[in-house]
Amino acid sequence: MIEVKDLHKSFGQLKVLKGINCRIAPREVVCVIGPSGSGKSTFLRCINQLEEIDSGQIFIDGQELTNPKTDINLIRQQVGMVFQLFNLFPHKTTLQNITLAPTRIKGINKKAANDMAYELLRKVGLVDKANVYPAQLSGGQKQRVAIARALAMQPKAMLFDEPTSSLDPEMVGEVLAVMKDLALEGMTMVVVTHEMGFAREVGDRVMFMDEGLIIEEGLPDKIFDNPQNPRTKSFLSKVL
Amino acid sequence: MSVTALNIITNTGIIDYLTSIRGYVVLTSHLLYLLEGALLTLKITALSVFFGMILGLIFGLFKLSGSRILRFIAAIYIDFFRGTPLFVQILLMYFGVLPLIMDKPSPFEAAVITCSINSGAYIAEIVRAGIQAVDKGQMEAARSLGMNYPQAMWMVILPQAYKIVIPPLINEFIMLLKDTSLVSAIAAEELTQRGRLVYSTYYEAVWVWGGVAMIYLVMTKVLSILGEYTERRLATE
Repeated sequence: MIEVKDLHKSFGQLKVLKGINCRIAPREVVCVIGPSGSGKSTFLRCINQLEEIDSGQIFIDGQELTNPKTDINLIRQQVGMVFQLFNLFPHKTTLQNITLAPTRIKGINKKAANDMAYELLRKVGLVDKANVYPAQLSGGQKQRVAIARALAMQPKAMLFDEPTSSLDPEMVGEVLAVMKDLALEGMTMVVVTHEMGFAREVGDRVMFMDEGLIIEEGLPDKIFDNPQNPRTKSFLSKVL
Repeated sequence: MSVTALNIITNTGIIDYLTSIRGYVVLTSHLLYLLEGALLTLKITALSVFFGMILGLIFGLFKLSGSRILRFIAAIYIDFFRGTPLFVQILLMYFGVLPLIMDKPSPFEAAVITCSINSGAYIAEIVRAGIQAVDKGQMEAARSLGMNYPQAMWMVILPQAYKIVIPPLINEFIMLLKDTSLVSAIAAEELTQRGRLVYSTYYEAVWVWGGVAMIYLVMTKVLSILGEYTERRLATE
């Protein structure tokens, strides 16, 4: 589904990614953990080219993103993204947030888009907030709308960039529950997270990143219970 | 008239009286004439604001574009028209540039063209600042949904930028309305030019120029009240 080969990225002098290689299978849920500044978010943002990469290759569903001939906008329609700060459109209602891209980009008619939006709102438990503006939603509600908005494009994979990091603790659960449902439905997911419980329970695989490299990866139980690399050990001993 | 009769008239102060109300009479009898001039002032302002906004939007977007050439073009345009006096621009356009490209430009045409291009430069900077004030995450969210840059700009960024832009834009309108007085230099018969014509006939400086100033004040005040009203409405939205 997603394949990354020797990905390098730097911001000016600072090398953030120093050669990332990985394959993510369809329906797989991969959780990326690691200390801040390790390049997790940058790695995720490279996957849908929100960051321009310096070198390496990225394939999504067999199409090479990094090929200049590839229409990046078409690929992005197939890869949903959820941000730490939600980034809902403040001038649109919940419903409009969800239907904007499907109607205007994909050309789905308004009625079908609205039906789909209500379907998604039911899924994330926010049907009653359909006609409300983002400013009137709580953080957890905003993030659930953001997930619905990304799902409305019917993506083949979803990228989550620390989706619960800016939430009040009591709202983390509702967002994780939605993500868990999504994983159970078979969505391919890459989740950058500090929620070790979620990574362990929902993740099919955990990647530990540090200083721009994937240091260790494997089954969640193996990583959490029996980490091999000293850096993984030291990180986990601080967060668990 | 005998000397006595003249004495009576002067001593009762009739001439003093008539002299004292002369300015008032000049102003009131030419008020309609001046207001017609004010109408032309408004016309030049409105047209220049309209075209200026189009130019400002285009060059504001150029300034933010990824293309170095477009950014360079925008920088040159903005630098030139903000860095030279409008008065000089009007003279240059009317006597220099426009005759080369059009047949006998009227003062009105020259006024609208120059004021549009001039305000476009200021509005471009307002537009640029407004767009940059929109949270960066908005563009990323829009792009992550598969919108291309123009779609994201049009559907997501600009609808948010316009609220930020309205107060400085109203300010720019007010500046422009006052600055149109400079086109009297090429004899466009707007308010200031008409004021000059009335003044040079009767030499009632305080009344004529005072009246002209008051008419400007009323126009700019109306604009600023309008601005405050829209600002308040947007704030509650």
